[in-house]
Amino acid sequence: MANRRKRNRIALTRSDHIFNAINYLFLSLVFLVTIYPAYYVLVASISNSTFVNSGELLLWPKGLHFTGYQHVLSDPRIGTGYMNIVIYTIGGTALGLFPSLLAGYSLSRNDLPGRKIITAFMVFTMYFSGGLIPTYLVVKSLGLLNSRGIVVILGSVSVYNIILIRTFFASNIPPDLREAAEIDECGNTRFFFSVVLPLSKAIISVIGLCLAVGYWNSYFNALIYLTDRSKHPLQIFLREILLTQTQNDIADGKMASAYKKMVAVIKYAVIVISTLPIMCLYPFLQKYFVQGVMIGSLKG
Amino acid sequence: MRYDECFHSTISLVVLIGMLSSFLSMESGFISRLIESLGIQPAYYMGQPKYFRHLYVWSGIWQGAGWGSIIYLAALTSINPELHEAAIIDGAGKLRRIWHIDVPGIMPTMVIMLILSSGSIMSVGFEKVYLMQNDLIMSVSEVISTYTYKMGILSQKFSYSSAIGLFNNVINFVLLALVNYVSGKLTDTSLW
Repeated sequence: MANRRKRNRIALTRSDHIFNAINYLFLSLVFLVTIYPAYYVLVASISNSTFVNSGELLLWPKGLHFTGYQHVLSDPRIGTGYMNIVIYTIGGTALGLFPSLLAGYSLSRNDLPGRKIITAFMVFTMYFSGGLIPTYLVVKSLGLLNSRGIVVILGSVSVYNIILIRTFFASNIPPDLREAAEIDECGNTRFFFSVVLPLSKAIISVIGLCLAVGYWNSYFNALIYLTDRSKHPLQIFLREILLTQTQNDIADGKMASAYKKMVAVIKYAVIVISTLPIMCLYPFLQKYFVQGVMIGSLKG
Repeated sequence: MRYDECFHSTISLVVLIGMLSSFLSMESGFISRLIESLGIQPAYYMGQPKYFRHLYVWSGIWQGAGWGSIIYLAALTSINPELHEAAIIDGAGKLRRIWHIDVPGIMPTMVIMLILSSGSIMSVGFEKVYLMQNDLIMSVSEVISTYTYKMGILSQKFSYSSAIGLFNNVINFVLLALVNYVSGKLTDTSLW
Protein backbone atom coordinates (compact mmCIF):
# COMPACT_ATOMS: atom_id res chain seq x y z
CA MET A 1 0.00 0.00 0.00
CA ALA A 2 2.64 2.47 1.06
CA ASN A 3 4.74 1.53 -1.97
CA ARG A 4 1.98 2.27 -4.40
CA ARG A 5 1.40 5.71 -2.92
CA LYS A 6 5.10 6.50 -3.00
CA ARG A 7 5.48 5.51 -6.62
CA ASN A 8 2.99 8.15 -7.80
CA ARG A 9 4.35 11.09 -5.83
CA ILE A 10 7.70 12.77 -6.33
CA ALA A 11 9.11 13.57 -2.90
CA LEU A 12 9.76 17.17 -1.96
CA THR A 13 13.40 17.91 -1.34
CA ARG A 14 14.47 19.52 1.90
CA SER A 15 14.97 22.91 0.27
CA ASP A 16 11.39 22.68 -0.92
CA HIS A 17 10.18 22.20 2.65
CA ILE A 18 12.17 25.21 3.83
CA PHE A 19 10.86 27.25 0.94
CA ASN A 20 7.29 26.25 1.75
CA ALA A 21 7.73 27.19 5.40
CA ILE A 22 9.21 30.60 4.65
CA ASN A 23 6.64 31.18 1.97
CA TYR A 24 3.70 30.46 4.24
CA LEU A 25 5.20 32.62 6.96
CA PHE A 26 5.66 35.52 4.57
CA LEU A 27 2.18 35.16 3.13
CA SER A 28 0.61 35.07 6.60
CA LEU A 29 2.48 38.23 7.53
CA VAL A 30 1.31 39.98 4.38
CA PHE A 31 -2.23 38.80 5.02
CA LEU A 32 -2.18 40.17 8.58
CA VAL A 33 -0.72 43.50 7.59
CA THR A 34 -3.34 43.87 4.88
CA ILE A 35 -6.38 42.71 6.80
CA TYR A 36 -5.74 44.04 10.27
CA PRO A 37 -6.19 47.78 9.52
CA ALA A 38 -9.54 47.14 7.85
CA TYR A 39 -10.60 44.83 10.66
CA TYR A 40 -9.50 47.36 13.28
CA VAL A 41 -11.52 50.11 11.65
CA LEU A 42 -14.62 47.92 11.63
CA VAL A 43 -14.19 46.85 15.23
CA ALA A 44 -13.30 50.29 16.53
CA SER A 45 -16.32 51.89 14.91
CA ILE A 46 -18.69 49.87 17.06
CA SER A 47 -16.74 50.08 20.31
CA ASN A 48 -16.94 52.27 23.34
CA SER A 49 -14.98 55.46 22.80
CA THR A 50 -13.03 55.21 26.07
CA PHE A 51 -11.37 51.99 24.98
CA VAL A 52 -10.60 53.34 21.52
CA ASN A 53 -9.08 56.58 22.83
CA SER A 54 -6.84 54.84 25.31
CA GLY A 55 -5.61 52.47 22.63
CA GLU A 56 -6.63 49.35 24.55
CA LEU A 57 -8.68 47.98 21.71
CA LEU A 58 -6.89 45.21 19.87
CA LEU A 59 -8.95 42.32 18.60
CA TRP A 60 -12.49 42.32 19.81
CA PRO A 61 -14.98 45.19 20.06
CA LYS A 62 -15.21 46.37 23.64
CA GLY A 63 -18.48 47.73 24.84
CA LEU A 64 -20.77 47.64 21.83
CA HIS A 65 -21.75 51.21 21.14
CA PHE A 66 -23.43 52.57 18.06
CA THR A 67 -23.29 56.27 18.98
CA GLY A 68 -20.49 56.77 16.48
CA TYR A 69 -22.82 55.79 13.67
CA GLN A 70 -25.58 57.92 15.17
CA HIS A 71 -23.35 60.99 15.10
CA VAL A 72 -22.25 60.31 11.55
CA LEU A 73 -25.69 59.61 10.14
CA SER A 74 -27.17 62.72 11.74
CA ASP A 75 -24.50 64.96 10.22
CA PRO A 76 -26.14 66.85 7.32
CA ARG A 77 -22.90 66.91 5.39
CA ILE A 78 -22.97 63.12 5.03
CA GLY A 79 -26.40 63.16 3.42
CA THR A 80 -25.46 65.88 0.90
CA GLY A 81 -22.14 64.23 0.21
CA TYR A 82 -23.72 60.85 -0.39
CA MET A 83 -26.32 62.19 -2.78
CA ASN A 84 -23.72 64.07 -4.77
CA ILE A 85 -21.24 61.24 -4.95
CA VAL A 86 -23.89 58.83 -6.20
CA ILE A 87 -24.88 61.32 -8.91
CA TYR A 88 -21.27 61.77 -9.97
CA THR A 89 -20.49 58.06 -9.95
CA ILE A 90 -23.51 56.90 -11.92
CA GLY A 91 -23.37 59.85 -14.29
CA GLY A 92 -19.66 59.59 -14.84
CA THR A 93 -19.68 55.85 -15.45
CA ALA A 94 -22.54 56.04 -17.92
CA LEU A 95 -21.03 59.06 -19.66
CA GLY A 96 -17.67 57.39 -19.84
CA LEU A 97 -18.73 53.93 -20.94
CA PHE A 98 -20.92 54.76 -23.88
CA PRO A 99 -18.60 57.00 -25.95
CA SER A 100 -15.63 54.76 -25.13
CA LEU A 101 -17.46 51.69 -26.41
CA LEU A 102 -18.51 53.48 -29.58
CA ALA A 103 -15.02 54.84 -30.20
CA GLY A 104 -13.37 51.52 -29.41
CA TYR A 105 -15.64 49.63 -31.74
CA SER A 106 -15.19 52.09 -34.59
CA LEU A 107 -11.44 51.99 -34.24
CA SER A 108 -11.46 48.20 -34.25
CA ARG A 109 -13.03 48.05 -37.69
CA ASN A 110 -10.45 47.90 -40.46
CA ASP A 111 -12.69 49.66 -42.94
CA LEU A 112 -12.81 52.92 -41.00
CA PRO A 113 -11.37 55.67 -43.22
CA GLY A 114 -8.61 57.67 -41.57
CA ARG A 115 -8.22 55.08 -38.83
CA LYS A 116 -4.47 55.56 -38.47
CA ILE A 117 -4.65 59.34 -38.21
CA ILE A 118 -7.44 59.25 -35.64
CA THR A 119 -5.57 56.74 -33.53
CA ALA A 120 -2.38 58.79 -33.78
CA PHE A 121 -4.17 61.93 -32.57
CA MET A 122 -5.69 60.06 -29.66
CA VAL A 123 -2.45 58.41 -28.60
CA PHE A 124 -0.70 61.77 -28.74
CA THR A 125 -3.04 63.11 -26.07
CA MET A 126 -2.15 60.19 -23.88
CA TYR A 127 1.39 61.43 -23.53
CA PHE A 128 0.96 65.17 -23.82
CA SER A 129 -1.79 67.05 -22.09
CA GLY A 130 -2.23 70.68 -21.21
CA GLY A 131 -2.01 70.10 -17.52
CA LEU A 132 -3.91 71.60 -14.67
CA ILE A 133 -3.98 75.29 -15.53
CA PRO A 134 -4.98 75.15 -19.23
CA THR A 135 -7.79 72.75 -18.33
CA TYR A 136 -8.93 75.10 -15.59
CA LEU A 137 -8.89 78.05 -17.96
CA VAL A 138 -10.88 76.16 -20.59
CA VAL A 139 -13.48 75.16 -18.02
CA LYS A 140 -13.67 78.73 -16.80
CA SER A 141 -14.14 80.14 -20.26
CA LEU A 142 -16.90 77.62 -20.95
CA GLY A 143 -18.66 78.89 -17.86
CA LEU A 144 -18.67 75.45 -16.28
CA LEU A 145 -16.96 76.39 -13.07
CA ASN A 146 -18.90 75.32 -10.01
CA SER A 147 -21.22 73.07 -12.00
CA ARG A 148 -22.03 69.43 -11.33
CA GLY A 149 -21.51 68.64 -15.01
CA ILE A 150 -17.82 69.36 -15.04
CA VAL A 151 -17.09 66.90 -12.26
CA VAL A 152 -18.94 64.24 -14.21
CA ILE A 153 -17.32 65.05 -17.56
CA LEU A 154 -13.68 65.36 -16.55
CA GLY A 155 -12.02 62.00 -16.48
CA SER A 156 -14.90 60.07 -18.01
CA VAL A 157 -13.42 59.21 -21.40
CA SER A 158 -9.77 58.22 -21.46
CA VAL A 159 -7.82 57.22 -24.54
CA TYR A 160 -6.25 54.38 -22.64
CA ASN A 161 -9.65 52.85 -22.03
CA ILE A 162 -10.60 53.33 -25.66
CA ILE A 163 -7.50 51.46 -26.78
CA LEU A 164 -8.29 48.64 -24.37
CA ILE A 165 -11.81 48.40 -25.74
CA ARG A 166 -10.48 48.46 -29.28
CA THR A 167 -8.12 45.58 -28.51
CA PHE A 168 -10.95 43.67 -26.91
CA PHE A 169 -13.22 44.08 -29.91
CA ALA A 170 -10.44 43.30 -32.35
CA SER A 171 -9.77 39.96 -30.71
CA ASN A 172 -13.29 38.97 -29.65
CA ILE A 173 -15.58 40.00 -32.51
CA PRO A 174 -14.67 37.75 -35.43
CA PRO A 175 -14.92 39.39 -38.85
CA ASP A 176 -17.09 36.49 -40.02
CA LEU A 177 -19.84 37.78 -37.74
CA ARG A 178 -19.71 41.11 -39.51
CA GLU A 179 -19.74 39.47 -42.91
CA ALA A 180 -22.72 37.33 -41.98
CA ALA A 181 -24.55 40.40 -40.76
CA GLU A 182 -23.77 42.25 -43.99
CA ILE A 183 -25.24 39.42 -46.00
CA ASP A 184 -28.40 39.77 -43.97
CA GLU A 185 -28.47 43.51 -44.70
CA CYS A 186 -27.74 44.48 -41.11
CA GLY A 187 -26.47 48.04 -40.78
CA ASN A 188 -23.58 49.11 -38.57
CA THR A 189 -25.77 50.59 -35.84
CA ARG A 190 -27.99 47.54 -35.54
CA PHE A 191 -24.94 45.30 -35.55
CA PHE A 192 -23.38 47.27 -32.72
CA PHE A 193 -26.41 47.26 -30.48
CA SER A 194 -27.72 43.78 -31.17
CA VAL A 195 -24.55 41.76 -31.65
CA VAL A 196 -21.47 43.54 -30.32
CA LEU A 197 -22.81 44.93 -27.04
CA PRO A 198 -24.20 41.65 -25.69
CA LEU A 199 -20.85 40.02 -26.43
CA SER A 200 -18.85 42.61 -24.51
CA LYS A 201 -20.04 42.00 -20.97
CA ALA A 202 -16.46 41.39 -19.75
CA ILE A 203 -15.05 44.66 -20.98
CA ILE A 204 -18.12 46.65 -19.95
CA SER A 205 -17.91 45.38 -16.39
CA VAL A 206 -14.16 45.90 -16.13
CA ILE A 207 -14.13 49.43 -17.52
CA GLY A 208 -17.40 50.23 -15.78
CA LEU A 209 -16.10 49.09 -12.41
CA CYS A 210 -12.88 50.97 -12.99
CA LEU A 211 -14.77 54.18 -13.77
CA ALA A 212 -17.17 53.72 -10.86
CA VAL A 213 -14.39 53.18 -8.35
CA GLY A 214 -12.47 56.08 -9.85
CA TYR A 215 -15.39 58.46 -9.51
CA TRP A 216 -16.32 57.27 -6.05
CA ASN A 217 -12.79 57.85 -4.77
CA SER A 218 -11.97 61.11 -6.51
CA TYR A 219 -11.91 64.46 -4.73
CA PHE A 220 -9.47 66.46 -6.84
CA ASN A 221 -11.85 67.75 -9.50
CA ALA A 222 -14.48 68.64 -6.93
CA LEU A 223 -11.86 70.42 -4.87
CA ILE A 224 -10.76 72.62 -7.76
CA TYR A 225 -13.95 73.31 -9.67
CA LEU A 226 -16.74 73.28 -7.09
CA THR A 227 -17.13 76.15 -4.67
CA ASP A 228 -20.71 75.41 -3.64
CA ARG A 229 -20.72 73.24 -0.54
CA SER A 230 -24.04 71.73 -1.51
CA LYS A 231 -22.42 70.19 -4.57
CA HIS A 232 -19.45 68.66 -2.82
CA PRO A 233 -19.14 64.88 -2.96
CA LEU A 234 -18.69 62.72 0.10
CA GLN A 235 -14.89 62.60 -0.21
CA ILE A 236 -14.53 66.34 0.43
CA PHE A 237 -16.55 66.11 3.64
CA LEU A 238 -14.62 62.97 4.55
CA ARG A 239 -11.44 64.95 4.18
CA GLU A 240 -12.81 67.56 6.55
CA ILE A 241 -13.91 65.05 9.14
CA LEU A 242 -10.85 62.83 8.96
CA LEU A 243 -7.98 65.17 8.30
CA THR A 244 -8.45 68.89 8.49
CA GLN A 245 -10.82 69.51 11.33
CA THR A 246 -8.82 67.75 13.98
CA GLN A 247 -6.29 70.00 15.64
CA ASN A 248 -7.87 73.44 15.30
CA ASP A 249 -11.41 72.68 16.29
CA ILE A 250 -10.50 70.53 19.24
CA ALA A 251 -8.02 73.08 20.55
CA ASP A 252 -10.46 75.97 20.23
CA GLY A 253 -13.04 74.10 22.21
CA LYS A 254 -15.63 74.77 19.53
CA MET A 255 -16.92 71.25 19.66
CA ALA A 256 -19.03 69.98 22.51
CA SER A 257 -17.08 67.87 24.95
CA ALA A 258 -19.15 64.78 24.25
CA TYR A 259 -18.23 65.04 20.59
CA LYS A 260 -14.57 65.53 21.49
CA LYS A 261 -14.50 62.16 23.22
CA MET A 262 -16.07 60.49 20.22
CA VAL A 263 -13.75 61.93 17.59
CA ALA A 264 -11.80 58.73 16.99
CA VAL A 265 -14.85 56.48 16.89
CA ILE A 266 -16.66 58.90 14.59
CA LYS A 267 -13.72 58.80 12.22
CA TYR A 268 -13.82 55.03 12.04
CA ALA A 269 -17.59 54.99 11.62
CA VAL A 270 -17.44 57.47 8.76
CA ILE A 271 -14.74 55.39 7.06
CA VAL A 272 -16.96 52.32 7.19
CA ILE A 273 -19.99 54.18 5.91
CA SER A 274 -18.16 55.67 2.97
CA THR A 275 -16.35 52.53 1.85
CA LEU A 276 -19.12 49.97 2.22
CA PRO A 277 -21.07 50.76 -0.97
CA ILE A 278 -18.13 50.42 -3.30
CA MET A 279 -17.01 47.23 -1.56
CA CYS A 280 -20.45 45.76 -2.09
CA LEU A 281 -20.19 46.44 -5.81
CA TYR A 282 -17.25 44.10 -6.33
CA PRO A 283 -18.96 40.71 -5.75
CA PHE A 284 -21.58 41.48 -8.37
CA LEU A 285 -18.99 42.08 -11.05
CA GLN A 286 -16.52 39.46 -9.85
CA LYS A 287 -17.56 36.97 -12.51
CA TYR A 288 -16.82 39.24 -15.46
CA PHE A 289 -13.91 40.84 -13.76
CA VAL A 290 -11.76 37.73 -13.60
CA GLN A 291 -12.22 37.14 -17.32
CA GLY A 292 -11.44 40.69 -18.14
CA VAL A 293 -8.48 41.61 -15.97
CA MET A 294 -5.89 40.41 -18.46
CA ILE A 295 -7.34 42.43 -21.30
CA GLY A 296 -4.72 45.04 -20.75
CA SER A 297 -1.96 42.59 -21.50
CA LEU A 298 -2.94 41.95 -25.10
CA LYS A 299 -0.73 43.94 -27.41
CA GLY A 300 -1.60 45.20 -30.87
CA MET B 1 -9.77 57.22 -14.83
CA ARG B 2 -7.28 55.14 -16.73
CA TYR B 3 -7.71 51.40 -16.43
CA ASP B 4 -4.20 50.77 -15.19
CA GLU B 5 -4.35 53.57 -12.64
CA CYS B 6 -7.86 53.35 -11.35
CA PHE B 7 -7.27 50.43 -9.03
CA HIS B 8 -4.08 51.78 -7.55
CA SER B 9 -6.24 52.45 -4.59
CA THR B 10 -9.39 50.47 -4.10
CA ILE B 11 -10.31 52.46 -1.03
CA SER B 12 -10.32 56.17 -1.49
CA LEU B 13 -7.13 58.06 -0.71
CA VAL B 14 -8.97 60.19 1.82
CA VAL B 15 -9.97 57.04 3.68
CA LEU B 16 -6.46 55.65 3.41
CA ILE B 17 -4.76 58.73 4.80
CA GLY B 18 -7.50 59.10 7.41
CA MET B 19 -6.86 55.55 8.54
CA LEU B 20 -3.13 56.16 8.56
CA SER B 21 -3.37 59.30 10.66
CA SER B 22 -5.77 57.62 13.09
CA PHE B 23 -3.52 54.59 13.48
CA LEU B 24 -0.49 56.79 14.04
CA SER B 25 -2.18 59.12 16.51
CA MET B 26 -0.29 59.17 19.74
CA GLU B 27 -3.01 58.21 22.21
CA SER B 28 -5.46 56.06 20.31
CA GLY B 29 -3.58 54.62 17.36
CA PHE B 30 -2.68 50.95 17.54
CA ILE B 31 0.62 51.49 15.74
CA SER B 32 1.74 53.87 18.46
CA ARG B 33 0.64 51.31 21.04
CA LEU B 34 2.65 48.65 19.25
CA ILE B 35 5.75 50.84 19.16
CA GLU B 36 5.33 51.68 22.83
CA SER B 37 5.13 48.02 23.72
CA LEU B 38 8.51 47.59 22.02
CA GLY B 39 9.92 50.16 24.43
CA ILE B 40 10.30 53.11 22.04
CA GLN B 41 8.58 56.37 22.79
CA PRO B 42 6.02 57.09 20.04
CA ALA B 43 6.14 60.48 18.34
CA TYR B 44 3.85 62.47 16.07
CA TYR B 45 4.98 60.70 12.92
CA MET B 46 2.77 62.54 10.47
CA GLY B 47 4.39 65.82 11.47
CA GLN B 48 8.06 64.92 11.26
CA PRO B 49 9.88 65.49 7.98
CA LYS B 50 12.13 62.47 8.29
CA TYR B 51 9.19 60.05 8.32
CA PHE B 52 7.23 61.53 5.43
CA ARG B 53 8.98 59.66 2.63
CA HIS B 54 8.68 56.35 4.45
CA LEU B 55 5.04 56.89 5.22
CA TYR B 56 4.29 57.88 1.64
CA VAL B 57 6.11 54.98 0.02
CA TRP B 58 5.16 52.17 2.38
CA SER B 59 1.50 53.15 2.49
CA GLY B 60 1.62 53.29 -1.29
CA ILE B 61 2.88 49.73 -1.39
CA TRP B 62 0.17 48.67 1.05
CA GLN B 63 -2.51 50.20 -1.11
CA GLY B 64 -1.28 48.95 -4.47
CA ALA B 65 0.05 45.48 -3.69
CA GLY B 66 -3.32 43.81 -4.08
CA TRP B 67 -4.00 45.05 -7.56
CA GLY B 68 -0.45 44.36 -8.69
CA SER B 69 -0.59 40.80 -7.44
CA ILE B 70 -3.81 40.19 -9.37
CA ILE B 71 -2.14 41.34 -12.57
CA TYR B 72 0.81 39.03 -12.02
CA LEU B 73 -1.46 36.19 -10.93
CA ALA B 74 -3.33 36.47 -14.18
CA ALA B 75 -0.03 36.55 -16.08
CA LEU B 76 1.18 33.45 -14.24
CA THR B 77 -1.87 31.45 -15.25
CA SER B 78 -0.80 31.81 -18.85
CA ILE B 79 2.43 29.92 -18.25
CA ASN B 80 2.29 26.42 -19.66
CA PRO B 81 2.02 23.87 -16.81
CA GLU B 82 3.86 21.31 -18.90
CA LEU B 83 7.00 23.35 -18.38
CA HIS B 84 6.62 22.92 -14.65
CA GLU B 85 5.95 19.22 -14.93
CA ALA B 86 9.04 18.76 -17.05
CA ALA B 87 11.10 20.71 -14.53
CA ILE B 88 9.80 18.61 -11.63
CA ILE B 89 10.69 15.43 -13.44
CA ASP B 90 14.17 16.80 -14.03
CA GLY B 91 14.46 17.38 -10.30
CA ALA B 92 14.13 21.15 -10.08
CA GLY B 93 13.21 22.53 -6.65
CA LYS B 94 10.62 25.27 -6.21
CA LEU B 95 13.06 28.14 -6.22
CA ARG B 96 14.68 26.93 -9.42
CA ARG B 97 11.32 26.54 -11.08
CA ILE B 98 10.32 30.05 -10.09
CA TRP B 99 13.56 31.55 -11.34
CA HIS B 100 13.76 29.71 -14.63
CA ILE B 101 10.11 29.29 -15.64
CA ASP B 102 7.86 31.78 -13.88
CA VAL B 103 10.06 34.87 -13.91
CA PRO B 104 10.89 34.71 -17.62
CA GLY B 105 7.24 33.90 -18.26
CA ILE B 106 5.92 37.06 -16.67
CA MET B 107 8.88 39.22 -17.68
CA PRO B 108 6.94 40.94 -20.51
CA THR B 109 4.17 41.87 -18.08
CA MET B 110 6.66 43.14 -15.51
CA VAL B 111 8.50 45.22 -18.08
CA ILE B 112 5.32 46.77 -19.47
CA MET B 113 4.16 47.66 -15.96
CA LEU B 114 7.55 49.22 -15.28
CA ILE B 115 7.50 51.27 -18.47
CA LEU B 116 3.98 52.49 -17.83
CA SER B 117 4.71 53.54 -14.27
CA SER B 118 8.00 55.19 -15.20
CA GLY B 119 6.03 57.47 -17.49
CA SER B 120 4.38 59.02 -14.49
CA ILE B 121 7.37 59.41 -12.20
CA MET B 122 7.44 63.16 -12.58
CA SER B 123 3.78 63.60 -11.82
CA VAL B 124 3.93 62.11 -8.34
CA GLY B 125 0.27 62.02 -7.45
CA PHE B 126 -1.18 65.26 -6.28
CA GLU B 127 -4.03 63.75 -4.31
CA LYS B 128 -2.11 61.64 -1.87
CA VAL B 129 0.63 64.18 -1.19
CA TYR B 130 -1.89 66.97 -0.72
CA LEU B 131 -3.78 64.89 1.82
CA MET B 132 -0.66 64.07 3.77
CA GLN B 133 0.69 67.61 3.81
CA ASN B 134 0.63 69.82 6.82
CA ASP B 135 2.59 72.93 7.78
CA LEU B 136 5.15 70.96 9.76
CA ILE B 137 6.44 68.88 6.85
CA MET B 138 6.11 71.33 3.99
CA SER B 139 9.84 71.21 3.33
CA VAL B 140 9.77 67.54 2.30
CA SER B 141 6.23 67.17 1.09
CA GLU B 142 6.02 69.91 -1.53
CA VAL B 143 6.12 68.22 -4.94
CA ILE B 144 5.71 69.63 -8.43
CA SER B 145 2.01 68.85 -8.67
CA THR B 146 1.07 70.49 -5.36
CA TYR B 147 3.29 73.47 -6.17
CA THR B 148 1.57 73.84 -9.54
CA TYR B 149 -1.78 73.72 -7.79
CA LYS B 150 -0.81 76.38 -5.26
CA MET B 151 0.78 78.68 -7.81
CA GLY B 152 -1.89 78.22 -10.42
CA ILE B 153 -5.25 77.86 -8.73
CA LEU B 154 -4.65 79.49 -5.38
CA SER B 155 -2.28 82.30 -6.37
CA GLN B 156 -3.68 82.58 -9.93
CA LYS B 157 -0.21 82.72 -11.54
CA PHE B 158 -1.45 81.02 -14.68
CA SER B 159 1.48 81.43 -17.04
CA TYR B 160 4.09 80.31 -14.52
CA SER B 161 2.04 77.29 -13.61
CA SER B 162 1.36 76.32 -17.21
CA ALA B 163 5.07 76.49 -17.96
CA ILE B 164 5.77 74.13 -15.07
CA GLY B 165 3.13 71.77 -16.41
CA LEU B 166 4.61 71.79 -19.90
CA PHE B 167 8.12 71.04 -18.64
CA ASN B 168 6.72 68.27 -16.53
CA ASN B 169 5.03 66.69 -19.51
CA VAL B 170 8.15 66.85 -21.65
CA ILE B 171 10.35 65.30 -18.98
CA ASN B 172 7.75 62.59 -18.41
CA PHE B 173 7.73 61.74 -22.07
CA VAL B 174 11.52 61.69 -22.33
CA LEU B 175 11.70 59.35 -19.33
CA LEU B 176 9.07 57.09 -20.85
CA ALA B 177 10.88 56.95 -24.18
CA LEU B 178 14.20 56.26 -22.42
CA VAL B 179 12.87 53.40 -20.30
CA ASN B 180 11.08 52.01 -23.32
CA TYR B 181 14.28 52.05 -25.36
CA VAL B 182 16.41 50.49 -22.63
CA SER B 183 13.91 47.74 -21.93
CA GLY B 184 13.56 47.08 -25.64
CA LYS B 185 17.29 46.49 -25.88
CA LEU B 186 17.48 44.38 -22.74
CA THR B 187 14.41 42.19 -22.88
CA ASP B 188 12.86 42.54 -26.32
CA THR B 189 9.70 43.96 -24.78
CA SER B 190 8.71 47.54 -25.41
CA LEU B 191 5.65 49.69 -25.88
CA TRP B 192 6.54 50.77 -29.37
